[in-house]
Amino acid sequence: MSVNKFIITIEDNAEVFTCPPGRNVLKAMEQLGRKGIPVGCRGGGCGVCRVQVLDQGGYRTGKMSREQVPVEDEEKGICLACKLFPEGDLHLKVLGKWRKQFLTGTV
Amino acid sequence: MSFAGVMRPGHAAIRVLDMEESLTYYTERLGLMKTDEDDQGRVYLKAWDELDCFSIVLREAPSPGIDYTGYKTCSRADRDELVGKLEDYGLEIEWIPEDELKGCGERARFQTPSGHLFELYAEKKQVGDGLGRLNPNPWPEGLKGMQVYRFDHVLLYGPKIIETTKIFTDVLGFDLTERVLSPEGEMNVSFVSCSNKAHDLAFVEYPEPNKLHHVSFMLMTWEEVLRAADIMSMHGISIDIGPTRHGITRGRTIYFFDPSGNRNEVFCGDYTWYPDREPITWTADELGKAIFYHDRKLNENFLSVVT
Repeated sequence: MSVNKFIITIEDNAEVFTCPPGRNVLKAMEQLGRKGIPVGCRGGGCGVCRVQVLDQGGYRTGKMSREQVPVEDEEKGICLACKLFPEGDLHLKVLGKWRKQFLTGTV
Repeated sequence: MSFAGVMRPGHAAIRVLDMEESLTYYTERLGLMKTDEDDQGRVYLKAWDELDCFSIVLREAPSPGIDYTGYKTCSRADRDELVGKLEDYGLEIEWIPEDELKGCGERARFQTPSGHLFELYAEKKQVGDGLGRLNPNPWPEGLKGMQVYRFDHVLLYGPKIIETTKIFTDVLGFDLTERVLSPEGEMNVSFVSCSNKAHDLAFVEYPEPNKLHHVSFMLMTWEEVLRAADIMSMHGISIDIGPTRHGITRGRTIYFFDPSGNRNEVFCGDYTWYPDREPITWTADELGKAIFYHDRKLNENFLSVVT
């Protein structure tokens, strides 16, 4: 029996990992101990794991904060990796990053 | 001790992305009890050791975060006196009518320079803890999940926290219990208490207004904190950090996220605050230890993930 897994390629750092159907991309990355996409709340709320899907291998998304992913962004393939469920191989660009704030660089 | 003025954090109104999923989390996992719902679809919850009819209100919305935080005053006269002081201080008050939140008396709402909405109210219907006030048992049977005792405090992120903190200390009678100073010597984190808890509210300086860092619930023992962590792993709940120890407030703690990415905390064991104490000060060079006493380093996720 062959298990179908999708290949997720992150453009920025050439990271490649697999994601089984029904699992979100961020969880697949974390479970394999891989890095590349920043990990935040894992609940579609904080926007730290924002990515853009560059090709249309097919995917669906769960509920995400509209503040983090406005409709016009969603139309450009922008979503949160914790709510991104691949239905084919995907190339991603990482958009999210730590929002630097007062504590950065103070120590 | 004689309480007067603001008595305690009474409610937090939280936005969630999916009500059904959130309700399972807040009742089955955290162990809150659903007490009511209203025609706007809002759901009312309380922890078992709270007597008032709700402490958490959930509202389904397109983005998570916090709508407002309510504080209960000792009496209506105290509320009205404090509202007068807020007005004298230059803050605008919006009166929310009785029962706009079911079972809650009239609320006086104001906005802080950090962008957050706060409310003062004096009355809320009591439904009790199921144990009664006459020869009660120590705890009720049939509790679920982490079995949190009460909603304890919120930590909020926003700009102008020096001005914001002043409203609580200079106008509403809270005590500053702990603070963090930037390398320039400016307060950029504040913890304030209206009781003899180490904190009833906290602020962190942040450029974006009206952000939620976490909503916290109290447990009694380290063993209960560990058990809460077990429940998180049993049910795939997103853990941020812990179980560990805070330098600030001495709390033994774990941080995790609700299904919409709002951070929650369960903790035990902070100290007893008395108003004759000087506030505790933490300096920027010891900040790692102040936040997580064992890690002793800054945790970017904890510091910058907010809803």
